[in-house]
Parts: sequence; C-alpha cells; structure tokens
Amino acid sequence: MSNSGIAGRVVAALLLACAMPAAAEPAPARQKELIHMVRQDCGSCHGLTLQGGLGPALLPQTLADKPAEGLVATIVHGRPGTAMPPWHRFLAEEEAQWIVTRLMEGFPK
Amino acid sequence: MRVAVRLLWLMAAALLLAACAGAALRGTGDLGLVIERASGHVTLVNTSSRSAYARIGGLGDLSHASVVYSRDARYAYVFGRDGGLSKIDLLEARLVKRVIQSGNAIGGSISQDGRIVVAQNYTPGGIKAFDAETLELLAEVPAEYAPGQFSKVVGLADVPGNKFAYALFDGGEIRVTDFSDPKRPTTQRYPAGRQPYDGLVTPDGRHYLAGLFGEDGVALLDLWQPEKGSRRILDKYGKGEEKLPVFKMPHLRGWSVAAGRAWLPAIGRNEVLVVDASTWKETARVAVKGQPVFVMASPDGRQVWVNFAFPDNGWVQVIDTLSGQVVQTLQPGKAVLHMEFTPRGEAVWISARDDNRVLIYDTRNYRELGSLPAEAPSGIFFTSRAARIGF
Ligand code: HEC
Repeated sequence: MSNSGIAGRVVAALLLACAMPAAAEPAPARQKELIHMVRQDCGSCHGLTLQGGLGPALLPQTLADKPAEGLVATIVHGRPGTAMPPWHRFLAEEEAQWIVTRLMEGFPK
Repeated sequence: MRVAVRLLWLMAAALLLAACAGAALRGTGDLGLVIERASGHVTLVNTSSRSAYARIGGLGDLSHASVVYSRDARYAYVFGRDGGLSKIDLLEARLVKRVIQSGNAIGGSISQDGRIVVAQNYTPGGIKAFDAETLELLAEVPAEYAPGQFSKVVGLADVPGNKFAYALFDGGEIRVTDFSDPKRPTTQRYPAGRQPYDGLVTPDGRHYLAGLFGEDGVALLDLWQPEKGSRRILDKYGKGEEKLPVFKMPHLRGWSVAAGRAWLPAIGRNEVLVVDASTWKETARVAVKGQPVFVMASPDGRQVWVNFAFPDNGWVQVIDTLSGQVVQTLQPGKAVLHMEFTPRGEAVWISARDDNRVLIYDTRNYRELGSLPAEAPSGIFFTSRAARIGF
C-alpha cells in the first residue's frame, strides 16, 4: 500500500468523523430560528421557560431518564391522541435531534 | 419687555396647574395594558391618544398571561405563567402587590361583586380564591377528579352569584364553584367530554360552553337550569374526517357571541363553526385561512375577527356576521397573537409578536391608524372588560 493511499484513507476517515456531528448541527442562522421556535411556538404549550403548561416541562431534570430517540420521534411525528402535534413539516429529523440534545442540557435563551 | 416676561410666567403657571389637575383627576375607561411576554413587562396604554404612557417590569414569566380588571376599572390583575398574580394601578402606573400563588397558572377571573379574584392553575391543578383588595388567600379548590388525580384547569369564567365555571382538561368535567361564602366554597360537577381546552360564558351569564380537544363537540351547561345537566352541541362536527394538526390551542371567551349566534373555532379544521345561540344548532361554517385561535366579535357584533395558529399566524381575517362571509384578509405582521377592540369597537389593536409591534386598525375601512413598539407583545386588555360578565 502506498503512503499516499494510507494518507488518503486517514483523511477520508477524519473527514467522515467531522462530517457526522457537523451534519447534525444546523447552521448558526438556523439554530437561532430553532431556538426562537422552541421558546415561542413550542412555548405556547410547554411554556416560554419550558417549565410546562398544557404540555409537560421540557427541562433537563424532567427529560433525564427518557431515551432521546423517543423524544425526537415525539417531536417529528407528534403523539396521536394527545395535544402534541407532529412538526415534520417544519423540522428535519436532525434538527429535532439537535433540539432534544439542547433540551437535555438546558435550552439556550 | 416686562409685560412679555410676566406673560410667560403666567403661561408657565397655567400649564403647571393644568398638568397637576390632569394627574390628579382622570378616568380609566380608555386605558388598558399590553403584555410583553418575553421580558416580564406590561405597557400601559391609552386608546384615545393611541399611545403608551408607562411601562412596568418585574412581573415574571408572562407567556400566556391574562388580565382581569377591578370593577372600578382602576386595577389590573395580571396572572402569569409562573403562578405570579400581580395587581397594577393604572392611574398611578405602579405595581401595588405581587404574590406567587402556584407553580404554573393559566389565567384568572373576578367575581360579580368584585371582591374575589380567582386563579386557575395547571400545577397543582385547581383554583384559588384571593381577596381582591389585599391578595390574601381565601380558599383553595383542588381539581381532584379521581382519588389522588388532579387536573389542569381551563376556561375559568365568572358567572352571576359570585360563582365561577371552569373545565378540567384531564378530568373531562365542567365545574361550578360557588364563592358566596368566600372561605367555604361549594362545587357542582358535570360531565364535559374528552379534554376540554377552554370555556366561555355567554355575555348574559346564562350558558357555559366548554370546547373539546379530544373529540368533536362542545359541552353546554345552562346555568339558569343547572339541574338539567350538561349536554353536547356541535356533536361530531368533523364527520369522522382526519383532523389537521393543531399547533396552538384556540381560546374561547364571551366575545364569541354576536348577532344571535356563537362563532367558535373548529379543532383541526380551518373553519369557524356558527351555532344559533337560542337553539344551539349549527347554522353555518366559515372557511378560513388556518386553525383559528381567537374568534372575536366586535362590541356591536357586526364583525368577527379571526387570527390563526402557527404557521398561519401572520394572517387576520374578518367575517361579516350578516352575510357570514369573509370580507377582509389582512397581514398585520409576524406572529399575530391577540386582538382587542376599543370599548365601542371603532378600532382594534393587534399584537405582532415577532415584529415587536402593536398595530391599530380602523374596523370600518381596515386602514392602519398607527402602531406602538412593544417587546414580543401578546395579550392586549382594555378596561372595558371590567364591566363584562365572563371576562
Ligand atoms: C399544541 C400544544 C403543543 C405544542 C405547540 C407543542 N407540544 Fe410538545 N407536547 C404537548 C403535549 C400535550 C405533550 C404530552 C403528550 C402526552 O401526553 O404524552 C407533549 C410532549 C412533548 C415531548 C415529550 C415529553 C416527555 O416528557 O415525554 C416533547 C419532547 C415535546 N413535546 C417537544 C415539543 C417541541 C420541541 C415542540 C415545538 C417544536 C412542541 N413540543 C410543541 C403539546 C404541545
């Protein structure tokens, strides 16, 4: 195997490694939009401070032992039979993932 | 020269006198306030001069805040999301008193005699009564609907006889609590249906309606003949069709009644449902732009203004109640959250949250009359509410 072949593979692997979290991370302008949306539009049911309203609190301590995938699925598809609507028209799955990660660590202002 | 100087002094004195007199004596009939939800402020406004005259802060989390007025229309009681209850003097433009009455509240109401202010709470689910003068706690009525299970309370409205009607979102009930003996309230219970999301009492104080989220229909209780129990109107109005997602819960209040009919938001349908307010039979439906949130009649009942849930919250539509047609579609701004008519309805004030503005429209020709800056404005509440049943 040539040196350049190894180097190429290392670069490719590194690229892949960075590409994964990068793909899940929305662009800064979009992050601002998502934060606004969660505080204001999700906030109409979950409260502006996310301490709960018609919908439950979305705080790190209330979400701590809930599997993230389940929460992402709830955001994307809603929960039929409850007041939680599906948001897939307005959010990509990775964006819902980003929101859940932020919610679990304490949502930005 | 000397004459001119003396004249100037005289004018200054006259001005000062006028200013003092103005500050000392004033009515409140044309005043109100705007909730600035994100920053915990309210802006006090004058609907005659169409201007803001003061701003008060430190009111906590005001998302979903609502306001009722004392019967002299001088004091505003602001119910915050964080359970804060604040009493504001509109004349002196100051916070008189503030208490934290629960962990998570949704609104409140004031009794027929003006002595009791009642807050409706999500957690712990129930209602609490306070002395309107001192904000001292008088009584507490937990919304326990099964042993150990407490419901979020929605749709609280004052009804004649120092009673309050409300609904239990989780418990599926309508309740009427009588505070004629304020420290010893008594409560009657009536079945409502799945997940009542809000309620209203008609302007005459006779009928209480609870809109249902969990099924198609509205529960109705005749408060003049409560022994007849609650019944269902607009049953199965969706006719089994698939519902559209609801991105914001609609609101109900006594403004829904106009021209002998009640104008109600459908749930999961882009429609306003119209029912005859004497037979309670459906008479018509009006197709609108999105999921209606506020369906508000003007004080004379000639028009009904409608705003919408996300993502259609940039629109406002006007229905003519005589023809039952949409006669105007407006785009007042980004994220329209609330509307309030001036006492006799020549103008309507509209909050556009994401534009940080309150817009004022002429209800006759739909022209914009002016606007005011406000930080993420939501509810707008004028003192004309002080004299209305169910506000
Ligand atoms: C119309 C009201 C409403 C809106 C708007 C709303 N939700 Fe919800 N949400 C609910 C309700 C009600 C539940 C609880 C459902 C249940 O009973 O299981 C819920 C549940 C959730 C859960 C699950 C919480 C848990 O502890 O299991 C998450 C996460 C969530 N919502 C996120 C969001 C996000 C993010 C948004 C905005 C993009 C949003 N919601 C907007 C009503 C709403």
